[in-house]
Amino acid sequence: MDLLIKSGRVIDPATSFDDKADVLVINGKIKAISKKLSAAKNMPTLDADGLLVIPGLIDMHCHLRDPGDPEEETIVSGTRSAALGGFTSIACMANTLPPIDSPALIKYITSKARMEGIINVFPIGAVSKGLKGEELVEIGRMIQEGAVAFSDDGQPIMNSEIMRRALEYVRQFDATIISHCEDLGLTKGGLMNESYTSTVLGLKGIPSLAEETMVARDIMLAKEFGRLHIAHVSSKKSVELIRGAKKEGINITAETCPHYFTLTEEEVEEFNTDAKVNPPLRSEKDLEAVVKGLKDGSIDVIATDHAPHRSEEKNIEFGAAANGMVGFETALALVLTELVGTGFLSIINAIEKMTVNPAKILNIKKGVLKEGWDADIAVIDPNAEWTVDVNKFASKSKNSPYHGWTLKGKVLYTIVGGRIIVKDGKLAF
Amino acid sequence: MNKVKGLLKKDLLGLRDISCEEINLALDTASSMKEVFFRPVPKVPALLGKSICLLFYEPSTRTRTSFEAAAKMLSASITNVAIAQSSAQKGETLIDTVKNLEVMGHQAFVIRHKMSGAPLLASKNLTASVINAGDGFNEHPTQGLLDIFTMREKKGNLKGKKIVIVGDIAHSRVARSNIWGLIKLGAKVSVVGPPTLIPKDIEKMGVKVNNNIDEELEDADFINVLRIQLERMGKGLLPSLEEYHMIYGINAKRLEKCKKDIVIMHPGPINRGVEISSEVADGPYNVILDQVQNGVAVRMAVLFLLLGGRQNAAE
Repeated sequence: MDLLIKSGRVIDPATSFDDKADVLVINGKIKAISKKLSAAKNMPTLDADGLLVIPGLIDMHCHLRDPGDPEEETIVSGTRSAALGGFTSIACMANTLPPIDSPALIKYITSKARMEGIINVFPIGAVSKGLKGEELVEIGRMIQEGAVAFSDDGQPIMNSEIMRRALEYVRQFDATIISHCEDLGLTKGGLMNESYTSTVLGLKGIPSLAEETMVARDIMLAKEFGRLHIAHVSSKKSVELIRGAKKEGINITAETCPHYFTLTEEEVEEFNTDAKVNPPLRSEKDLEAVVKGLKDGSIDVIATDHAPHRSEEKNIEFGAAANGMVGFETALALVLTELVGTGFLSIINAIEKMTVNPAKILNIKKGVLKEGWDADIAVIDPNAEWTVDVNKFASKSKNSPYHGWTLKGKVLYTIVGGRIIVKDGKLAF
Repeated sequence: MNKVKGLLKKDLLGLRDISCEEINLALDTASSMKEVFFRPVPKVPALLGKSICLLFYEPSTRTRTSFEAAAKMLSASITNVAIAQSSAQKGETLIDTVKNLEVMGHQAFVIRHKMSGAPLLASKNLTASVINAGDGFNEHPTQGLLDIFTMREKKGNLKGKKIVIVGDIAHSRVARSNIWGLIKLGAKVSVVGPPTLIPKDIEKMGVKVNNNIDEELEDADFINVLRIQLERMGKGLLPSLEEYHMIYGINAKRLEKCKKDIVIMHPGPINRGVEISSEVADGPYNVILDQVQNGVAVRMAVLFLLLGGRQNAAE
């Protein structure tokens, strides 16, 4: 897999490189990055003049619904969807049917992904058996089979003792626990952020406290027992708690998702089930705090929380509809349009949160454009405007609140191990 | 009546969505409808040939019977779908159910559902009219209209009048429809209840919130007493009915300091001795049975306006 990418603006957050250069790929690895490299005979060449050449994006939080619901998504459709979004590595959550809570199931994901996936798939194992929050999984054996982190995502670990033991136990492997922070007592029956909008619509509210009290608890536990990553941060107070904890030197990292810096609870007006997600879309003030957290580094990662659902689970009463939205194919453009285009985040900073930062947390050797590293690369036209059309998604599910939005920034090429899998914005095969 | 264009066009989903003019149109139409009651033969052919489907996913006696009576007085035909025996029990979706019923020839659906927003979902999938007969905690617009109609009947123009709504505001669609309608008509609305049953930021709807009922009753023109649902007990929202009655119950003693012509309303069904004492519920200030009767008139008006009866009226 050889390739020469000519004349692009190469941005590599890990090495703070940002300059016009050529990237030479030999045997699926990056051979050189510098000016005026030349292609050997018959070597495919890609003209990236006016385009951005960045490390392939890494999504550390997605749901591929495999095993369990192939009508919603599969490893094939999910990786194709992610590839269109510029992702070259994704980490899938364990709340499948059955949950990924054993070494055999980790192996099922890694081997199926190797055979059927078109990008790299890294499984995240459950923390507890059956996601029940009672008994730890075989963390060591699952790491051996390829698990990159552990999370009961979708199900908070309400029992603080289990959370403590998980954090303690995982230290010996230098792996990370990812916490879905939600106090189920406070969310019980809740359908959207508790707010004026929930009052008006007559939908039971979920207070942001449900997230914040658990963020606070997990910070306290992490302080004693070791490193922790907080998933999908959505509220102002959560950002403040994380900021404070980092200042104190506590070993935590955090992620947010595009919908928490682009949408508010008002999106739920007219009972829009595509805006139903957990944690729920919050207020303008929370959105601003999330942006601020991204800016000052309190939030390390932008992940998608890609959560595909069939129309039967969305085109129904709001109260009965499933939580979650698909995100692979809109994430980068939302970041470029809503964070970079608005001046909130520099482009290198934004890309850092979608490449090297998640790679570090997952402990995978990805996300860097440097000699000797895997040639996982995305080539982007930062100025191309396009309109989101869910019917064109490669994902099997169409539950996106962004349908009809005009965004700026389009993925033209996605390259995995030197192989072009997205070409001119379309899947190459 | 004809000057106000585009009013109550297809659906009545809530009083939040309609204008002051539309509310007044519905109220004025209801006044004419009420006259029908007192005719020797209380029936008009206004909706002859129209077919209305009553689709109640939640139990209801008063509202369903009221709609049925209203439709009959207008000569429409009615289908009553008993959800307990319907395909919904077999897993049919709301959208499929209403689409099937529509092609059977129904021009209007009266829908009650335990989930907020269900009538809107039905409406988006139908060309037939949808009337919300109560959805979740969202709205119950015909109840709001009949309450307002009754208030107007008792005291005329509601501008500047003070209405106190007492009880479980958080779980009340009646409260929300009352608030939207009354605020649009220029009334002053206070909501009173235990803090656990007052939803977040409700002040932004334009109402005053107070936990002290006696303060609010002093200068009130109307009290709308909401039903306390027994299922709220034991969930940390209310410790006991006795305690609720002590703090918020409307009884004779509490009314002593009120205006002499205060009007007491209740959407029913009443929990005697809880939110209202029997003495008051049966006493001189109450208009509870007027509300029930006006409910039929208001529903006649809404059905008439939505089902194209307006043309006939203009002729």
